[in-house]
Amino acid sequence: MAEPYVELRSVSKYFGSVVALKDVSFDVCPGEVHCLLGDNGAGKSTLIKTLSGVYTPDEGEIRVQGKPARFASPADTRNSGIATVYQDLALVPLMSVARNFFLGREPMRKFGPIRQFDTEFANRTAYDELAAMGIQLRDPEQPVGTLSGGERQCLAIARAVYFGAKVLILDEPTSALGVHQASVVLKLIVQSKARGIGVIFISHNVHHAYVVGDRFTLLKRGKSTGTYAKSEIDRDQLLNLMAGGKELVDLEQELTKAVRSSLA
Amino acid sequence: MTAELRDERVRSVSRLSRLLSRPELGAAAGTVLVFVFFAITAGNTGLFSAKGIINFLEVSAQLGILAAPVALLMIAGEFDLSVGSMIGFAGILIAIPSVFWGWPIWLSLLFCFAVCGGIGALNGLAVVRTGLPSFIVTLGSLFMLRGLTLGLTRGISGRTQVSGVHELALNDPLNSLFSGQVFSGPIAWLSDIGLIGKRADGLPSISGIPVSIVWWVVLTLGCTWLLTRSRFGNWIFAAGGEANAARNLGVPVARTKITLFVMTAMAAALFAAIQVLVTGSADTLRGTQKEFEAIIAVVIGGTLLTGGYGSAIGAMFGALIFGVVQMGIFYTGIDTDWFKLFMGAMMVIAVLFNSYVRNRAMRSR
Ligand SMILES: Nc1ncnc2c1ncn2[C@@H]1O[C@H](COP(=O)(O)OP(=O)(O)OP(=O)(O)O)[C@@H](O)[C@H]1O
Ligand SMILES: [Mg+2]
Repeated sequence: MAEPYVELRSVSKYFGSVVALKDVSFDVCPGEVHCLLGDNGAGKSTLIKTLSGVYTPDEGEIRVQGKPARFASPADTRNSGIATVYQDLALVPLMSVARNFFLGREPMRKFGPIRQFDTEFANRTAYDELAAMGIQLRDPEQPVGTLSGGERQCLAIARAVYFGAKVLILDEPTSALGVHQASVVLKLIVQSKARGIGVIFISHNVHHAYVVGDRFTLLKRGKSTGTYAKSEIDRDQLLNLMAGGKELVDLEQELTKAVRSSLA
Repeated sequence: MTAELRDERVRSVSRLSRLLSRPELGAAAGTVLVFVFFAITAGNTGLFSAKGIINFLEVSAQLGILAAPVALLMIAGEFDLSVGSMIGFAGILIAIPSVFWGWPIWLSLLFCFAVCGGIGALNGLAVVRTGLPSFIVTLGSLFMLRGLTLGLTRGISGRTQVSGVHELALNDPLNSLFSGQVFSGPIAWLSDIGLIGKRADGLPSISGIPVSIVWWVVLTLGCTWLLTRSRFGNWIFAAGGEANAARNLGVPVARTKITLFVMTAMAAALFAAIQVLVTGSADTLRGTQKEFEAIIAVVIGGTLLTGGYGSAIGAMFGALIFGVVQMGIFYTGIDTDWFKLFMGAMMVIAVLFNSYVRNRAMRSR
């Protein structure tokens, strides 16, 4: 098996008395999609924030390409090739697609002693990069606010890929999207994987996760219930694990009872 | 379909709609409207003679010098209500050292710009560090600076006005940067070929372009370049549009905002330098309400009060409207009491129009 690009080893994270993560191990290799599943409050966001340098782990260690790493800041993490696409996407709606694409890393062009923003290069690159990912822009200077939710998600991903991300962390990229838009984003995830990028895909939605995922890790109340390769688990088993199959059966019985007693 | 063909079609459609969604569209239209209005009502009063034009341009220029950096700051999502008081304070900083302590004018000017820039940085630091709305922080500065100006001036001079700067400035190397006129040659030539009228004594009706107008144009062009062509401009839009996103992408939002507060303070100092050297005196009440006039000009110019969107060219039109209306009302003999009513109404209309334009821009095309 390939060497993991980034790896969490027995990481724990506490917020006061809250145990947000307990002894969790997680890794992602180049060219694979590793899905992180779990209920609300399971610790998914805490885990990716630890991976992306927002939090430092209270116990355990992070390794990048096999070497122990210490991230001082999110920028530090980005420089080691780990890009996080947060739910807010870090986009500015009133600014153009091209300007958003290069925000914070503006391409400059020299006119004698003057250096100015290379609008032409920015427009062309943003247009081409998105086109390569299957998004046809009407105009690279249109405000991001005019893009659909799926297009925005793709813009944020395309940007991270363009700037050399080796690992992409996507926090629920499909949760707010309709079927069609979600499938556009899922395609993009597969494309990124084909480029040799390791993708960490956080989702509530087992259906979305199962189509693109290579491995699946389930978090429950801050603990990992294990990592499964796609060959080891089918969709229904995953669904059961995820929703807590027993809980659903219990709920069903409870509801039937309630309906019966109200009819009686 | 080839890529080029498709590109061509996209371009031709979006050029027009891009033009129609420019922030300064409303202000440009408003300027035309105001010019037409006064061309009809004040056509033969001299408002549009060479002298009249210079008169309203000078009014516009003073405001426009403030409005250009204030526009950048507002696009970055912040207000600076202290610029008006800063003008009064800066004037005193030039006049007192020169008149009472015997400093050469150029030294007082440098001193004034340095101190004002420092106060601007403090404004910015206070806003960025406390996270309080800049409206509140600079409202505090507005009062503190005015109080400081009054206290210092009365304490040192015993009065609220300091005059006598003219005589000291006569041979100062920096004097002509802030007062006097330029382009006298071309103006004389235009007069000779009959494009500019002559006075009874045969001299042209205007002897040159006041240097403040040059400052206005240069500052507006400079701010426009910064906003649309520099890396800093990208950061300004991002800081006002979505500060958190910008920070996550490594944009130095705090540094951007502090720099802009320094710029507005320096613009107030420039305003004061021009005023003090042209009139020869400083007064503790100078600049009163200029902060609001600048905001009105900027808002008329299409900048969003909530930040993230706007233009410095628009602010130039806003200032131009301000000058034309003020002088137009004067020339037509309408009671000048109506001026403020007119400008206030103009601003409200502009805000409505601009939010319409912005919604248009944000609508999927
Ligand atoms: N900064 C914090 N301070 C205190 N407690 C926190 C903090 N962040 C998270 N927690 C707690 O840690 C636990 C895990 O939260 P986390 O946000 O990681 O869950 P999640 O799996 O991302 O949930 P969701 O699906 O709702 O996004 C929760 O009980 C939460 O209340
Ligand atoms: Mg979460």
